[in-house]
Amino acid sequence: MNPLNVTLILGTVFVSVFLQCTLTGFRNLTGVQPDLLPGLVAYATLTSGLGMGTVTALCGGLWVDSLSHNPLGISIGPLFAAALVMERYRGMILRDQTYAQFLIGAAVSAGVPAATLLLLLNTSNTPLVGWSSLWHWSVMTLIGGLLTPLWFWLFGWLGRQLSYETLPDAGSQSNRQIKRGRG
Amino acid sequence: MLRRSQYIALVLVVLFVLALFSQSERTVARVKLAVSGLFLPLFGLAHSAQNLADRGVGALTPRSELQSQLESLQRENDSLRIQASRWQETLQENTRFREAFRLPKQLPWRLQLARVTGRDPANWWRNVRIDLGTRDGLTNHLPVITTQGYLVGRLSEVGYMHSQVALLGDPDCRVSVLVETTRDHGVITPSDGGPIDNTLVDLKFLSASSVLQPGQWVRTSGHSGMYPKGILVGQIADSRSIDFGLHLEARVKLAARLNELEEVMVVWP
Repeated sequence: MNPLNVTLILGTVFVSVFLQCTLTGFRNLTGVQPDLLPGLVAYATLTSGLGMGTVTALCGGLWVDSLSHNPLGISIGPLFAAALVMERYRGMILRDQTYAQFLIGAAVSAGVPAATLLLLLNTSNTPLVGWSSLWHWSVMTLIGGLLTPLWFWLFGWLGRQLSYETLPDAGSQSNRQIKRGRG
Repeated sequence: MLRRSQYIALVLVVLFVLALFSQSERTVARVKLAVSGLFLPLFGLAHSAQNLADRGVGALTPRSELQSQLESLQRENDSLRIQASRWQETLQENTRFREAFRLPKQLPWRLQLARVTGRDPANWWRNVRIDLGTRDGLTNHLPVITTQGYLVGRLSEVGYMHSQVALLGDPDCRVSVLVETTRDHGVITPSDGGPIDNTLVDLKFLSASSVLQPGQWVRTSGHSGMYPKGILVGQIADSRSIDFGLHLEARVKLAARLNELEEVMVVWP
């Protein structure tokens, strides 16, 4: 795990959780607060492996539950499960393709809230669930899908801006001439 | 099949979550408080940015507009003074009657203004966060109203500097109410329609003989002991008969606009 990458991802997760709590414009417009964490876990797992995915799921889950009425730690399980499944099939996912990023982001954004709700319903909590939760779920899926390619683009751009540019290796040019003898 | 490293990660996460769930409520509340404390600098930053923006808007407002606002506020203040003096007389009369009939004294509410700093990030709760906590003397379950006096909800979790308010329509916020004109009692519960429209809640456990009309005001009944009597909740939107006519159920349009809360008042009854 690259320290710069770790810092960037965890910093973004932290700010995203804060924005989810304070920005209400989209919620007032559509009645739905988009969940930014599943897309970030997808990015972290697909680019940096299960270790980073686990750290993102742990920190993100703890942070979001601390600002919510959720029982502390309930969001960690679904986020980690998503990271584990993605890691299991990481070799088969075309993670550089935008449509694959969209589909993965949408799938994770659909699965994580559904699993969290299922866990909540199996505890002593009674979350607000009704037919209109389908609307919430659809919007969260769509927004999660749209945001995931954006995360890939944003972190790629930040990585290029904040790290040294790789210089081409001068010793391995294909057109290099090797002169032997006294010529 | 999972690899060894994946098994290790799985076991570690499961152990961590189980350890969290096995803690006592008090310990979990403390951990939650400590973790949410990490966000305090960001909340402070957002507050400062908001203040700066407000000052900027204030500086850009023309003097003539400020003057007209001041005049209208002075007029409103004068008319409220006259009303207050009339009500003072009624209050004294009420107190005399209470003493004559040996009824318990009604103490005035103590109010404390709080700023709404955030909303619950999860879509399945209706909660907001305010910037008052145990440091300011708050305790759990205190009622919260808007600055206009409409009921908003109650405190559900109280931290040192921040608290969570369960809004009307949240499963954790049920209120005993009465219909102002008919004096029918019922309980405000979350809307069966689901979490999208947060301006409507259900009024349940009404007697079948209740005669409800759209537009009737609903106020807190004071029966639960948690909410003082008489706080405005909303107006009846419609009603229907349920359980083969054994009960009546109504929908109530909330008076408080829960999407636009910026400042609220915590009430000490």
